[in-house]
Amino acid sequence: MEETKHTMTMLVDNQPGVLSRVAGLFSGKGFNIESLCTAPTMDPKISRITIVTKANPPVIEQIEKQLRKLINVVKLRDMTGPRAVKREMALICVRAKAELRAEILRIVDIFRCKVVDVGTEHYIIEVTGDEGKLKALINLLKPMGIEKIARSGTLALYREPK
Amino acid sequence: MKLTGAQVLMEVLKEEKVDTIFGFPGGAVIDIYDELDKTDIRHILVRHEQGAVHAADGYARAGNKVGVCLVTSGPGATNTVTGIASAYMDSIPMVILTGQVPTQLIGNDAFQEVDIVGITRPCTKHNYLVPSADAFARIIKEAFYLARSGRPGPVLVDIPKDVTKAVIDYRPIKDVRLKSYNPTYEPNMKQLKKVVELIESSQRPVIFAGGGVILSGAAAELTEFARNVRIPVTTSLMGLGTFPGTDPLWLGMLGMHGTYRANMSTGACDLLISIGVRFDDRVTGKTDAFAAQAKIVHIDIDPTSIRKNIPVTIPIVGDCKTSLRHLNQLIEQTDLKNIEQKRQRWLAQIEEWKNTKPLAYKQEDTIKPQFVVEKLYELTNGEAIITTEVGQNQMWAAQYYHFDQPNHFITSGGLGCMGFGLPAAIGAQTACPDKLVVDIAGDGSIQMNIQEMATAVQSGLPVKVVILNNAYLGMVRQWQELFYGRRYACTGMDCAPDFVKLAEAYGALGLRATKPQEVEAVLKEGLSADGPVIMDFKVDREEGVYPMVPAGAPITEMLLV
Repeated sequence: MEETKHTMTMLVDNQPGVLSRVAGLFSGKGFNIESLCTAPTMDPKISRITIVTKANPPVIEQIEKQLRKLINVVKLRDMTGPRAVKREMALICVRAKAELRAEILRIVDIFRCKVVDVGTEHYIIEVTGDEGKLKALINLLKPMGIEKIARSGTLALYREPK
Repeated sequence: MKLTGAQVLMEVLKEEKVDTIFGFPGGAVIDIYDELDKTDIRHILVRHEQGAVHAADGYARAGNKVGVCLVTSGPGATNTVTGIASAYMDSIPMVILTGQVPTQLIGNDAFQEVDIVGITRPCTKHNYLVPSADAFARIIKEAFYLARSGRPGPVLVDIPKDVTKAVIDYRPIKDVRLKSYNPTYEPNMKQLKKVVELIESSQRPVIFAGGGVILSGAAAELTEFARNVRIPVTTSLMGLGTFPGTDPLWLGMLGMHGTYRANMSTGACDLLISIGVRFDDRVTGKTDAFAAQAKIVHIDIDPTSIRKNIPVTIPIVGDCKTSLRHLNQLIEQTDLKNIEQKRQRWLAQIEEWKNTKPLAYKQEDTIKPQFVVEKLYELTNGEAIITTEVGQNQMWAAQYYHFDQPNHFITSGGLGCMGFGLPAAIGAQTACPDKLVVDIAGDGSIQMNIQEMATAVQSGLPVKVVILNNAYLGMVRQWQELFYGRRYACTGMDCAPDFVKLAEAYGALGLRATKPQEVEAVLKEGLSADGPVIMDFKVDREEGVYPMVPAGAPITEMLLV
């Protein structure tokens, strides 16, 4: 069966050890985590965890059921597909020799991202967008020489009715 | 009401109607023990913390209550892990109270400090580190609620020493509600109606019941159901006793050491109604070949059990007892006049399987372990509570002691934990003081928690231990015989204590049989003795457990005697 990528977000009790329960479930049951983000919500007692995982349909079903079974998971939603807005942020440190600076800035402009730090031979670029946009930008910057990259992992929110 | 943390704990334990605690004191729980001693709660002092957890397990299963144990921090806590993992695999309701170093020392590598919440996270239903004295009462209440509701399981509460000393204003908590925890008890009626339709249309149906039926107290409902629709019943190891072992519809246990007729019926059935099971690999064998011709119904309170190992035609999330009650009502409204006639061919086929390949062993000059279990069954009228260790002894107990009632067969099913039987027997005897409780043991596994004989003697618990002594780690030896060219690597237990003398050293009675003719006399004397007894049966060294399905093979491909 084919493995597909799923983005799941859950509201959990904002308590010590909860993230470890979620992560431990994935490692203990042999599920994989592609990315994971967590931070408190407007309610300080509740945090939101967003996990991107890749698995075949029966395993995805198990992952959802197992997560729901955790006592500290209040709510879980599969955010896969167009009904949710998904964004990721990255900081990319790219080599920026004098002759390439203009080209890099043009790319930054086209992708509507920002240069947030300028070194003698490097730029640090801040970019937000969906997975496709980040992938495209990284592909374009790769030939210039990406020295370091820090990615946030995917965040997701369900779209409200229009 | 101003109370210390330790006093608050006692109040909550009383509210939860706890009458027995299995435990072992230590520095971090002295304050709790000091208060416990002032209450009416019975404390059974074990000799090793693993024993406390298994005893609480046996107590929970025999008595249908939440088992409680109390141990100290560090090594006291880590010693409970095996017992907790066993209870978790078998979904046994239990609350484990562990001491912890004072809050301000946590993380300092203090004396007898260990992160037991971290260690037991994957083998508890839930666990807590009490963050403050104010939260203590609520956490204990939640622990009991979680342990016994939904799919039951062990819940651990780690209690820093300062929490037990702190004085707080205690107000009893009446209602426990958790917004993220809401088990589904009521099944979907539409799905249940589909089950009735399948029953009407099926030619070769089989019911497969498991430990979930026992846990939800649904054995009577299951028996009514099976008899009304005339469907034969098999169970997992954990389900033994959910359906009378003497009923004509009884197929015997299913799986690796299941009966020929149970495995063949499951292989040939066109409808498998599975209730409170989780399709363990020891039951299914090769999953692709398991009940391959059947539509499968699966009723379980835990959604994660459904479609985990086996694809299911009709999934039903719900409590076994509630679901079976609804099913029985639906069946009442259904016309089943011709059911007897309709089942005739199927039941005749099963009878044929039963007669051609019954459970059997060869009588020889040596004592056969199966013979000991058969005799035990006879002499106890099948009414004893049987606990087991793990391995051959466990399988012979399951095959040759025919359980008519639930809560009478107590075994470490999922984890397969050697050393389980004796402490579990102690727990069962505590819950049922008027019952005869027998641990069917092997010479290997009895030595894993033999120290609990002292617990039985000190607490006046007259448990009987039947050792099927083949001086081998018999089940592994059997695998070596069959699949490893008879290379018996490290399975010979050539040096064992003299179990008769050992019993006497503990202040118990020790008896021995070396010939088949002695078996009955030894059993009679041992079972009728007042106190704890060890009976040492020197059995045929290389007797095997049959039928046997090699691991990973279809369950219809059995090695027979």
